[in-house]
Amino acid sequence: MARGTPDTSPHYWRKTSQLMMTVLVLWFFISFGIPLASNFLNGFVLLGIPLGYFLTAFGTLVGFVILIFWYAHRQNRVDEDLHVAED
Amino acid sequence: MLRGDFTQNMGRVFAIYIGGCLLCATILILLSLAGVPDRIIGIAFILLTVVFYASMGLLGRTAPVSDHYQVPALYNGMATAADWMSAASFIGLAGAIYAAGYDGLAFVLGWTGGYILVAVLLAPYLRKFGQFTVPDFLGVRYGGRLARMIGAAILVSVSFTYVVAQLYGTGIIAARFLGIDFSAGVFVGLAGILLCSLLGGLRALIWTQVAQYVVVITAYLIPVVVLSIKTTGLPLPQLMYGRALQGIAALSTDASLLPPSGLTDGVNFFGVAFCLMLGTASLPHVLSRFFATPSVREARLSVAWSLLFLFVLYSTAPAYAAFAKLEIISQAAGHNLTTTTGWIAEWSRIGLLTTGGGGSLSMADIHIDPDAIVLATPEIAGLPFVVAALVAAGVLAAAMSSADGLLLSIGKAVAHDIGSSLCTAKDRPERHGIVARTSMIIAGMLAAWFASTRPAGIVTVVGWAFSLAASGLFPALVLGIWWKRTTGPGAVAGMLAGWIICLGYILLVETGLCGSLFGVRDIAAGVFGVPVAFATTLIVSLCTRAPAPEMIDFIDSIRVPRGAVRPPKAGRTQIG
Repeated sequence: MARGTPDTSPHYWRKTSQLMMTVLVLWFFISFGIPLASNFLNGFVLLGIPLGYFLTAFGTLVGFVILIFWYAHRQNRVDEDLHVAED
Repeated sequence: MLRGDFTQNMGRVFAIYIGGCLLCATILILLSLAGVPDRIIGIAFILLTVVFYASMGLLGRTAPVSDHYQVPALYNGMATAADWMSAASFIGLAGAIYAAGYDGLAFVLGWTGGYILVAVLLAPYLRKFGQFTVPDFLGVRYGGRLARMIGAAILVSVSFTYVVAQLYGTGIIAARFLGIDFSAGVFVGLAGILLCSLLGGLRALIWTQVAQYVVVITAYLIPVVVLSIKTTGLPLPQLMYGRALQGIAALSTDASLLPPSGLTDGVNFFGVAFCLMLGTASLPHVLSRFFATPSVREARLSVAWSLLFLFVLYSTAPAYAAFAKLEIISQAAGHNLTTTTGWIAEWSRIGLLTTGGGGSLSMADIHIDPDAIVLATPEIAGLPFVVAALVAAGVLAAAMSSADGLLLSIGKAVAHDIGSSLCTAKDRPERHGIVARTSMIIAGMLAAWFASTRPAGIVTVVGWAFSLAASGLFPALVLGIWWKRTTGPGAVAGMLAGWIICLGYILLVETGLCGSLFGVRDIAAGVFGVPVAFATTLIVSLCTRAPAPEMIDFIDSIRVPRGAVRPPKAGRTQIG
């Protein structure tokens, strides 16, 4: 049986699940929090665009891109730290 | 000429593709400078696109199919993005924002946020599992033909709905640029797509899709960048469309004609975003992309790169909508528009524009279908006709490659998953090909007929596909990896329940047999389907016998990147 299983695998899965929850909470906040606040944010204007509109149309996307690269980086590091990454 | 692995071929294919596109564009620009009429240029552009695709298909036949497991994350991400950009994203999205304002942004959110779910919940584990399709996974995880067959049936319904939207898009282009009727245009589009698919398709050509991304995104950016320079002096439409919004506000005499810039219909905004996100994470033709990366690590990065490449398109769509509206509104304010104005007459002929009143038309007199906005904007803004034709070629490329991939996945699901499960005799590979091709053609014809009836706008049809995918497949896929207690009967019951509720809601609301519940539009039918599917899977799983230890061992093996996959015995015979 390959190194990293089965003794480290519960530990690995706990770490992975924690990271999953963190990412999903941030995902939820970006996708639903910003639109909910949009009518309030529209009171401000950025570059001629109502702020709530701009943050939904552009800010959320930037947030998603950063989040997804951050996740890939973190999870790949968890794999290496716990010696379960592929050879 | 195409031997060797991905990286060796990359440069050559890229050069052929981009070079070919540039050559075509140059010839057409020269022809138009030489005074060849626009109509001929339009037809030539469409024909060249189809011929180009058909020859790429033929070229691909001689190439080895061994691209699997060799494609670096960045290129795989780009190819996924090219696959993803369909007629819906390309022409539907900006139109939806044009028409609905803020509420149209639900599509932007939905189609990007879903990638987070793909990356975190599914892609690494499906990659570790390493088989080729979603029904393969369902069959092994839920130990049997039934789960695999139902998964395949849902996949077919989703892909079919999605193909309808693509054909709708090609129908608009064919009608506009070939000067024919819309219904005829749909069938002409189908003929082009089937020709390319049957000649070889794009299945082996992951690298042509890399090049296609570049071409399609360029076609999308050109008109909006030109308009941005014209209005603001800067080529950054994504940040500069505030100027356009201010211009629109200044010119518009009746504020009620402007779509809202804030959230108005919260139920449907969040409903649509929710369904699109979960649907994104269940669309088979996207998920199967991540089976093809060299490692689990690369699978995660590959999803991230896809999102970055899609970001370019999705962050531009709101700007496209704003600049298009500014053009139309300023021409109407200048009393330049009558029913005989070129673009108004042309789009009226196809039935995507209606005018009220005669003489000089005001903004209130022009009802333009959202699906016409992206294609019409270059003409409206008075850009050279070649730009309009280029945009059309971009849409056509996007729609053709998506439809091609979807029809192939329908053919494969029917022949490989449903067909071989139904007949107990030994697999006969030579029959698979015939069954696959026949079902592709039948599905294509049915989809074309359905599209020609104009069931709804493009984004609505695509929304149905995403709702169906989310309700039918998302719970079974996610719980299969994240909840070991999920049983075969639980998953099967959940898939069926979610799919039936979702499809039922769409049909009931569309036929008018039932009003909408809580004001939820049928495009967000997954709002009902997904919870029902989750609840059913949970309850039935807890009421049935827990998965066998060897199934638990299998799940453990796909959760950890290192080591071999240990498929359960029951599943082993199912792979293949």
